[in-house]
Amino acid sequence: MNERNTALPQISAGLISKALAIYAKDLRLELRSRYAVNTILMFSITTLAVVSYSLGQGGLSPRLLSALYWIIMFFSSMAGLAQVFIREEEAGTSLVLRLTAEPNAVYLGKLFFNLTLLLVMTVIITPLFFIFMDVPVDNVLLFVLMALFAVIALCSATTLVAAIIARAAVKGTLFAVVAFPIIIVPMMVLVTGGAKVLDGGSVGDVSAELQLLVAYSGVMITASILLFRFVWQE
Amino acid sequence: MCRLSVTNLAKRFGPRKVFSDISFQLETGDSLAVVGPNGSGKTTLLMTILNGYHPTRGEVTFYRGGRRLAESQVRTSSSLVAPYLNFYDDLTAEENLKFFASVTGRNVTGKEINSLLDRVGLEGRGMDLIRAYSSGMKQRLKYAVALLGRPEFLFLDEPTSSLDEHGKRIVFDMIEEYRKNGILVIATNEREEYSLASNLCRLDQ
Repeated sequence: MNERNTALPQISAGLISKALAIYAKDLRLELRSRYAVNTILMFSITTLAVVSYSLGQGGLSPRLLSALYWIIMFFSSMAGLAQVFIREEEAGTSLVLRLTAEPNAVYLGKLFFNLTLLLVMTVIITPLFFIFMDVPVDNVLLFVLMALFAVIALCSATTLVAAIIARAAVKGTLFAVVAFPIIIVPMMVLVTGGAKVLDGGSVGDVSAELQLLVAYSGVMITASILLFRFVWQE
Repeated sequence: MCRLSVTNLAKRFGPRKVFSDISFQLETGDSLAVVGPNGSGKTTLLMTILNGYHPTRGEVTFYRGGRRLAESQVRTSSSLVAPYLNFYDDLTAEENLKFFASVTGRNVTGKEINSLLDRVGLEGRGMDLIRAYSSGMKQRLKYAVALLGRPEFLFLDEPTSSLDEHGKRIVFDMIEEYRKNGILVIATNEREEYSLASNLCRLDQ
């Protein structure tokens, strides 16, 4: 039993229902404490207000607007996404979860939770960004589509990192430092793609960026499922 | 019939040896008390058996009906009660029980939950957040969670820690009943507790 299980993990209906149980538990805990969502919203709205008052409304190039949007998204997500594992470590509940739950159910449950958290953040931040920065609204749906793909890419990359840093002493700082080299690729893609959309580009113009985000998310989720048990166990 | 086989088990943390060459076999109806001074590795031994730590050397194997259990099966057929296990303070006792049932792939009804809570002396407190529980009540809840799936392998680390006399009586009755039908491992230094086991494993510092 103590030999390392090197077989490829199976995604079964049972695994998904266990993952959903972990997701529901985290959602319930978050709704009662609102810790992660408050952290993310406080950070993102403050940053958005500072950027808006500093640079003024209108007249900014699409590339600069896109860079500002994704920088706000990046640092806001860094402020909250690690909480999903840090909370287990700080409450001392990670041991009981390790002993009772399958590692892949834990990973998927935490991934689903982070996806929900970042989706909520995107739904609140994106319209505020458009209003505060007076962004032209020609391609809002395409921008939202890109934001949706970004949520999946960011969560797929950061959930495993959150599990790695949860046991470290300086968790908050370490999370951004460790996640940055992994996230820099989708961030560059998002800045380029976002600029194209804000400049009036169509789906065809950003199809390469969208494909890259899908591929990146697929690779990161697969790698995380394969590696998570080694991070999660001792 | 179940069996727990531990062969030449050793654990080191860096240069520090915690224990070495631990071997024993237990079958359904057997019980083992692990005793030893503070820091002798009782908890580490339990955690290593339960795959909480990877052993430095040796092997732990769980069997049911002669067939070796996979890691996921061990998880659902074994339970641990220990002072260092924490549940979710912002969930009620019922929510904690339902969560641990779901995460181990079991269905549990409200009636079963109430019966478990009654059994550990927490009747009427199922809807309270466990943040409001005393340490003794939390310890009782750990027994309710541990007995959720009628585990075939039960591991108890300091089983009566934080419990009052009534709580201790409940636990001793539970152990008495359980050990006839399962495999029980108790880590303790309390004579009253290790005298319940049929075998003894002494760890030296």
